Amino acid sequence: MDISWDLLLNAIAAGLLLGGFYAAVTAGVSISFGMLDIVNIAHPGFVILGSYLAYFININFGVDPILVSILMLPVFYLLGTTVYQVYYLSFEKRGQESLRGLAFFFGLLFVTEVSLILVFGVDYRYVEAAYIGPSIHIGIVDLPLRMLVPCGAALALFGAIELFITRTFTGRAIMAVSQDQLALQLMAADPIRIKRIAFGLSIATCAIAGALLIIIQPVEPSVGREYIGRVFAICVLGGLGSMPGTLIAAMLLGIVESLTATFYGPSWAPAVSFGFLLLTLAFRPAGLFGR
Amino acid sequence: MNGVSTAKFSLIAIAIGAAVMAFAHWFNVDYLYFASYTILQFIVLATAWNILGGYCGYVNFGSAAFFAMGAYSSVFMHKFYPLPIPVLIMISAVVTGVAGLGMGYLTLRLRGSFFAIATLALAVVLQTLVVNWDYVGGSRGAYIIRPESLEFAGITINYIEYLFGLMLALAVLALVTARVIERSQLGFGFATIRDDELAAEACGVPTLRVKLIATTISGAFMGMAGAPFPYYIGYLQPSSAFGLEYAVNSIAMPMIGGTTSWVGPLVGAILLGSAQQYATVTISSAVNLLIVGLMLVAFVIIAPNGLIGLVQERLRAWRKP
Amino acid sequence: MSALLHVDNITKRFGGFVALDGVELMVNPGERLGLIGPNGSGKSTLVNCICGTLQNESGSVRFDGQVMDGLAAHQRTHRGIARSFQLPRPFHSMNLVDNLRIPLLYTVHARLGPLRSTGDLDARCLELLEMVGLAKKAKQMPRDLTQVEMRKLELARAMAAEPKLLIADESMAGLSHSEIEDILALLVQLNERGITVILIEHIMSAVMSFSQRLAVLVSGKKIADGKPEDVVRDPEVVRAYIGQ
Repeated sequence: MDISWDLLLNAIAAGLLLGGFYAAVTAGVSISFGMLDIVNIAHPGFVILGSYLAYFININFGVDPILVSILMLPVFYLLGTTVYQVYYLSFEKRGQESLRGLAFFFGLLFVTEVSLILVFGVDYRYVEAAYIGPSIHIGIVDLPLRMLVPCGAALALFGAIELFITRTFTGRAIMAVSQDQLALQLMAADPIRIKRIAFGLSIATCAIAGALLIIIQPVEPSVGREYIGRVFAICVLGGLGSMPGTLIAAMLLGIVESLTATFYGPSWAPAVSFGFLLLTLAFRPAGLFGR
Repeated sequence: MNGVSTAKFSLIAIAIGAAVMAFAHWFNVDYLYFASYTILQFIVLATAWNILGGYCGYVNFGSAAFFAMGAYSSVFMHKFYPLPIPVLIMISAVVTGVAGLGMGYLTLRLRGSFFAIATLALAVVLQTLVVNWDYVGGSRGAYIIRPESLEFAGITINYIEYLFGLMLALAVLALVTARVIERSQLGFGFATIRDDELAAEACGVPTLRVKLIATTISGAFMGMAGAPFPYYIGYLQPSSAFGLEYAVNSIAMPMIGGTTSWVGPLVGAILLGSAQQYATVTISSAVNLLIVGLMLVAFVIIAPNGLIGLVQERLRAWRKP
Repeated sequence: MSALLHVDNITKRFGGFVALDGVELMVNPGERLGLIGPNGSGKSTLVNCICGTLQNESGSVRFDGQVMDGLAAHQRTHRGIARSFQLPRPFHSMNLVDNLRIPLLYTVHARLGPLRSTGDLDARCLELLEMVGLAKKAKQMPRDLTQVEMRKLELARAMAAEPKLLIADESMAGLSHSEIEDILALLVQLNERGITVILIEHIMSAVMSFSQRLAVLVSGKKIADGKPEDVVRDPEVVRAYIGQ
């Protein structure tokens, strides 16, 4: 069969880079959904918020977007802990997480998106940085820097989280609270505080993910919606709470989406991730790598 | 059970509906028909959502998909062989009812949170399919010319009044159905699933079957609400049919009104729907959506049982000496 | 006489953790079986596998001559297995009468055919509440009950399903001596009417006085099964459980 190798290899390469980025976006959900069992569908909304903040400071002060996001980390962390506190007091404590918690996050997603529309309008926004534009060429494969740099940053973020979770006391406490909250309490650690830290962390990742997003593609407020399916698809595919699984699942999804867009057209791309999600939920909810 | 019997309730509902119709006819202002149609549509959507969401506790984020399916099945039939709208409504009911059943079968064995995500996924997959389906217009959209009037048994009815009347009838049907369910054994079964699904199973409730009934009825009504939509709006685009405002409103209205009975979605739809109509006209449509979102968040935190929950609490406090 | 319940060499894993390891158990019709074991030994998992809340990976569960594997929990309840939950799981949005109405409507009705009138249903619910001493709180909500009362409601709800086999999962924790006596008397009464009872408990006095036969589960394995007086003197049982 006469497949253009050029096209195929480039699609796969793009998919891998995209997948790396997807892993960064999903990292936060791996924590909030995978470990804390909180369905935060507003997560992509916070990512877009991060994108717009990066855009605003980049356009007005010329600061590199990734640098902006690192500076924004404490702000987003605080946002995360506040949101969790409200969520905990209003829902978890009362045992009403499922229906009302979901509605709460849905409302937050909506409010975030519409607020951004009111402030920035619906035009696409993009940032300016030295690495947006040039590409590296390896043989017949083009690696645009605007995708390579975010992928690298994403992997760094991912690695940092994995190290935090496995090597620090707080990180391991987070893993513990996801498995056995009572045991954690008996070990004199406050599970609510641990969960609050974890959720804060999960939202903090949105700052970075947002900056990476707007480097890769122009952003407008409703872009977040496409990511809801992607993020949960990757989370479920990778097996909840498994960081390595999430990374592999993200790469897989990136490649499949890239191939679909290249050979069948980009209008089919959303169906890919959401379709993947449905198939996984229907046939193997434990994910490819889950227990 | 206690209270007014179903037959009496249905008669009262039909009587109120007829009164509204007569009043509107006497008023005869086109804009009011257009605005009220939207509110009536939301009453149907909110009531339908509540059957699965409020009664059973399974959150459906894909309301827009069922609504759009109803709309697009009308478009499909219109291109294929034009039929009167009541027939289209029935066709939509079957199509979306089956879709609800199918979606339920695929997803209801999942936990509540997974189910909610799956409904969202389904909505996007469906939207992608429609966007790529040229027969119904794809992303370009489909035009349906709305006739000026309708001839029926020698009487000429203003078309928009006709659409208003249809939606009014649907609203009455939806409310009566919700109330019948609430007071039946089925409604009891729904409540056990919402309260504790594991215990319900242990008590002998066939939870999967009961949930499938809920998704089928819920989906069917959402589709029925969508069936006349192409005629109402004249030009149907996937982005408008699948708009997120349908998903948000069908969740916000029952949540704000109250999810435990048929009254909640009605109250929520009328209040929120009217407020939105007002805001769209006076401020902007973006602001009105912001208000919906904020109200949803606020109500979900402060008044988990909605407005009727607040009223019930007041009554209970007032009754205790 | 063939066994009413035959748990045939079932195994249940959670990831890498083996909760039940080749458990074999037979219960005869009309018998009073006690099941004891340390916390985490797999007692509740065993109950869940018998009742269908969980599905065992290997082996099979046979009840009343029929294979139960693959059947959903509600189907097993229809066939005559009822259980109370260790942590009470009442239906929060309904009062006590309505809580009991559910198994009557969905299990008893499903078996017997034509629906009894509402009056009959109410009478039956009150009768059951009377049996557990909750008749005075009939119209109250589960959130108004004490822990102990909630446990009694659990038992009443299991009884409402008119089972052939009733599994009482730690219904007596925290009860006073006289309350334990009441529950035991109730279970004996049910047994005299022909209902087979499996009692899962930590309160040894209750288990000893109630059981005709005693089984011991430790770390997912059954280590003893026989007459209560013999089992409690079994050195392995003493080492694993009683002598703690």
